[in-house]
Order: sequence, then C-alpha cells, then structure tokens
Amino acid sequence: MGETIKIDVNHITRVEGHGDIKIDVENGVVKECKLEIVEAPRFFEAMLKGRHYSEAAIITSRICGICSVGHQLASVRATEDAFGIELTKQNRQLKTLLDMGQYFESHVLHVYFLAVPDFVGAQSVFPLISTHKDVVLSALKLKKLGHDIGDMIAGRLVHPIGIIPGGFTKMPTVEKLEEILQRIKDARGELLNGVALIKTLTLPDFTRETEYISMYRKGEYAFIDGNIFSSDKGEVSYKDYRKVTNEYLVPHSTAKRAKFSRNSYMVGALARFNNNYEWLSDTAKTVAEDIGIKPICYNPYLNTVAQMIELVHIIDECESIIKDMLSSGLKVEAPVKPVLKKCTGVGAVEVPRGILFHEYTFDEKGYITEANCVIPTGQNLQNIEDDMKAIVPAALGNRTREELTLDMEMLVRAYDPCISCSCHLLDVEFINDNKK
Amino acid sequence: MSKPKVAFFDFTSCEGCQLAILNLETELLELLDIIDIVEFREAMSEKSDTYDIAVIEGSFSRDKDLKRLTKIRETAGVVIALGACAHIGGINSLRNNQTREDVQRIVYPDNPTLYETNKKALPISGAIKVDAFVPGCPVDVKEFVKVVKNLVLGKAPGLPTYPVCVECKMNENVCVYEYGKTCLGPIVRAGCNAVCTSNGGVCIGCRGLIPNPNINSQKDIMEKYGLNMDLILDSMNLFMTEENKAGQEQAPCSPMPPKEAANG
Repeated sequence: MGETIKIDVNHITRVEGHGDIKIDVENGVVKECKLEIVEAPRFFEAMLKGRHYSEAAIITSRICGICSVGHQLASVRATEDAFGIELTKQNRQLKTLLDMGQYFESHVLHVYFLAVPDFVGAQSVFPLISTHKDVVLSALKLKKLGHDIGDMIAGRLVHPIGIIPGGFTKMPTVEKLEEILQRIKDARGELLNGVALIKTLTLPDFTRETEYISMYRKGEYAFIDGNIFSSDKGEVSYKDYRKVTNEYLVPHSTAKRAKFSRNSYMVGALARFNNNYEWLSDTAKTVAEDIGIKPICYNPYLNTVAQMIELVHIIDECESIIKDMLSSGLKVEAPVKPVLKKCTGVGAVEVPRGILFHEYTFDEKGYITEANCVIPTGQNLQNIEDDMKAIVPAALGNRTREELTLDMEMLVRAYDPCISCSCHLLDVEFINDNKK
Repeated sequence: MSKPKVAFFDFTSCEGCQLAILNLETELLELLDIIDIVEFREAMSEKSDTYDIAVIEGSFSRDKDLKRLTKIRETAGVVIALGACAHIGGINSLRNNQTREDVQRIVYPDNPTLYETNKKALPISGAIKVDAFVPGCPVDVKEFVKVVKNLVLGKAPGLPTYPVCVECKMNENVCVYEYGKTCLGPIVRAGCNAVCTSNGGVCIGCRGLIPNPNINSQKDIMEKYGLNMDLILDSMNLFMTEENKAGQEQAPCSPMPPKEAANG
C-alpha cells in the first residue's frame, strides 16, 4: 500500500492525566506506535519512607483524587495484612460498600460521559443532553449516589477520612443506611435504561487474545480481598503479586509497566468479567446475556460494557449488604490497634480500573522502611500499546487518518485510564444553562 | 460588563481539587452566573488564548513546566493557586525532606534519572507570582466559590484567619487530644468546617498555617497531653514541609488580598 501516516495526539482529552498517542507509518510499514505518559513523576514510594503506619493511607490517597478510595483501601489492607489484623464481618461490609461507592462514581462517568459520546459520534457528552437527556440526568443521580455512599461511610469520597487500619472512625446510622438502600433500589431501573442505551451502540469489532488478571475469591465477585487470578496461569497468592506484575520502565512513559505470562496483560472490568463471571449476580448475568457478551471476551472496547454489567452487579451487592447490616444490627467496633513489630504486608484491592497493590514494610516502631504501589493503569499500558500495534497495520488502506485517530483514542478511553470525572460534570452546568 | 473568563490548569497533582469542584453542581451553577469557564483540559476540548483568571492545581516540580506557568502568568490578570499542592506544596513537598537523588533511586532504581524532576516540589508561588489561594486537600468547594466571587468583585479572598479548632468546637466535637490523638487544629487555617475531626479523624494540616500561628505553644499543649512528639513533628511535615521551612512571615501562609502576591 505504501501509505505514510503520522498521528500525534497531544494530551488525549477526556482522560485523567496527561497522555499522548504517537503513530508513525512510513510507506506502509509501522515504525512507531506508542502511548506516551507525560505526567510529572510524584515519588510516592519515597515519600512513604519513614512515615508512621497511621499516615500511609492519608499519603497514598493523594496519588489520585479520582481513585483515592481505592488507594486508601489498598493501603489499609496492606497495613492490616502486615500486622495480622483480620477483617470482621462488618468491617468487610463497610469496606466493600465504600469501594462500591467509588465504582458508582467512576464507572458511571466513564460509561455515560466519556465513552458513550465516541460511540454515538459526539465530541463530548454535551450533545447527548438534548438527544438523551434522561440518560444524562439519571447518570448524574447514580454518580451522586456513589458520593453519598462514600460520605456515609468515610466522610467524603475524594480523600476519605473515616477509614483507618483496623476499622473505621465513624459508623453509618440506621436512618442513613435505610435512605441509601431505598435510593439503591430506585437506581436499578435507571441503570437498566442505561443498559438499553448501551445495547444500541455499535462497538468496534476487534479482538486480540491477551492475559487477564484480576482478584479471585471463590464464591464471590471479589473486591477487597482474595488472591490474584490469571486467565493464563490460574490462581496466584496475593502475597506473590511481584511475580505477576514484574514492573519495568520504558523511556516514553513515567508510569511503570507490567507483564506476566505474555508481553502484556489487561486489568479492569473486562478482566474481572472474564475471570469472575460465574460469581456475578443473576441480574448482571441476564444483562450480559441480553447484550450478547460472554467470557472470555477478547475485545478491549467491550471494557465499557463490562463496566455497565458490573454496575448492575454492584447494585445487587450493595442492596444485599445493606439489608444484611440492617437485619444483623450495627455494632460499635473500635478500630483494632496494631501490635507493632517488624513486618511486611500486601494489600490487593479491585478498584474500578483494575487490581491495585500496595506493599509496606514496617520497623518495630511502626514506621515504613519500604513501600511499593502497583497501579492498574500502569499494568494496562503495554496491553493498550499491543492493541494499537495490532489495529494499525490492519487499518492501513481501510481507514483514513482521522478514522484511525479516533479508533486509537476510543481504544485508550475504553481502558478508562484513570479518567477524570471532571470533564463530564461540566455538563451539569450546560443542562441547566440550556434550560434558561 | 462581560463575564470574566476563567481557565483551569494542572501541574504535579492528583487532580482531586478539580474533581471536587466539578462535583459541586448547584454551587457551580451559581458561579457560572458571574464567570465563563473557557479552558479545562479534563473537562472540555476547547482551549482559549485569553483569560482573566487562571486557576492552577498542583505543585511546581519540573523546570520544563516553567514556560507554561510563565505564559499563564503573562496571560491572566489574577492567578489563583487551587488546593494544598499549589498553595503550599502539599503532599508533594513531603519528598523535599529527602534529596532528589534518594527519591529517584527509591522509585526508579533501574534508571533513577530517566525522568526530569527538580530538587524540590514547590508551591506555584515557587515559579510565578500568585495572587490568591484556595487551601485544602481537597479544596472545599463552597470556599472556592467564595474566593472566586470575592475576587471578581474586587474584594480580598475572604479566607478565615482563625484556626480549625473554632469550627471543630462549633460542631461540638470532643477535642481529640482527650483521646490521645495528634491534631494540628490549633494552628491550621479554618474554612473546612473541621471536616476531618468531625468524621473521627484529626487535622493533618492540609490547609496550611493560620497567620502568626503560635507553634511553640501548640507543641507545649501537645506535650502536656503526653502526645508523641515525633508524630507531631511528622504531621507538621505531611502537607506543610515548605511552609514550615519558609517560616511564619512569608507570604504563602498570610492572608493575601489579590495584589499582595506570594513569591517564591
């Protein structure tokens, strides 16, 4: 074909953080195909060194405003693991609910406001306000529900306050739990309207076999504790996460990359869906069947659909947890105080963008001597690039430069690389502006 | 009179403050009656070459960001530092307690100098003149709206100059010192409605010092309660490493009417 294409997307929009796409095709030969991460390095693992165990979650929360709940959960789990603190049933329920609050916020914004515009040929969610107004409004309502769950359990969803190693500093009230329960029930209908919309979208037909990594705990769609599961290699102890992540550096990305059995692997909603399908709620499975997606699904663009199915599952899960808490009765549980000793612990948690690991080593006074955090987006980067390398040669001669650019942007967005909810909340303002 | 144009920018940060702002919904709507948002990378594709107010989140930690910051300063009439990272260096400045070589070696052991970074992560005032700030990690969105409104009206930002303790008492919390916990409430600027202590936490100093804080007296009180002195000193470094080093007289921690800028 002898095509020559240069694509250089600086600061991809509608993603959290700064990333560039670079594609260079000369005379039909793909010379370069890169996803560059140009974010400033932050040095969190160094900052943690010498800090007291009680500060670890406060510090690591600040890795990301959008994923702060996830970092706090992984941090607290790592500390609890180190000091041998077991989760009580109630503690486990509260942590799971908090995680789910974050899923509401994060998945809803990604699915509705970030990804959907691409699929309906819009530049942003703004045009959807006139064409799909009900959907936009119900998305805002669902997102608010996520925030209110976070507020109820930990004071706020951005950099939560109430979660500490060994427990929580506050308790939800029965009244609040009842209110949230009612809103969760109401949310189910709204979510199913969203599913109906998703069904109408035409997703790019692209598949590439890869490895899927997620958390695994027999009998449940694991969120806050369990082992690691690889679609290639099966179960691996969470303690051995380094054997799975094998982090390495490339010059064009300030984020570390990861690989296990192959050149790259994928984490996130699609990985969880593929690995843990059997533990999804019945409604979520019905929705999946209805949409026509089943494991193992090798199309990364369907990550967005998997997120939608997870939201349906989470609604069911939240409802059952809150009902159980209300019928079992809330107990006052003072946070367990760690007995200090030299120790190391790993926290593995499924956060919206995939499996997240924190590991800390403490000295005998409870100060951190070594810390390691492995971020979901970093684990996905090489997999995204490998997808790009598969898509570009096949597209030569079939897709225009503009079409290919959009394909690439859609691909990156489908992975939900630490997306900022922000973009889309500007939409609130437009909805109302338009009304005036 | 046309509405002032406001542009948002982010540097070394978690972008949580912009997120917090974009979650505020009704208050944001009120704000949009008096301003136009013309640039917000996370939020919209549009960019603008002109704006009256620049709102900057994040710390200054790479020389290569200086050019962009200078351009923002030249373009904007008013520069607002948004959140702890931009205001006082925040959590990023925690690494300033170690050398650059150490932090690079710890995080990127295989190739420590692969990525550019300055010796220190500084507040935005370490790079350009800053006219006002909205403190906190994350910012309190109502306070953000208040500061912007005041600046648009040509008034001082109107931040409280009293400590978090005042708001904590108004919320009828039992003082956490009684529980033997370390708290920076007596020396840290109020305006957050004591959100941390009111949710079972302690004040960790994200909003920076009040003007003329009596730090020695604070240490005395904490010692009187038999609190771990190391933890106290540690917590004062959590968000305020640069502020502590700068001392009390420097601009970043004094109340700043728009024209009395902080400089770095």
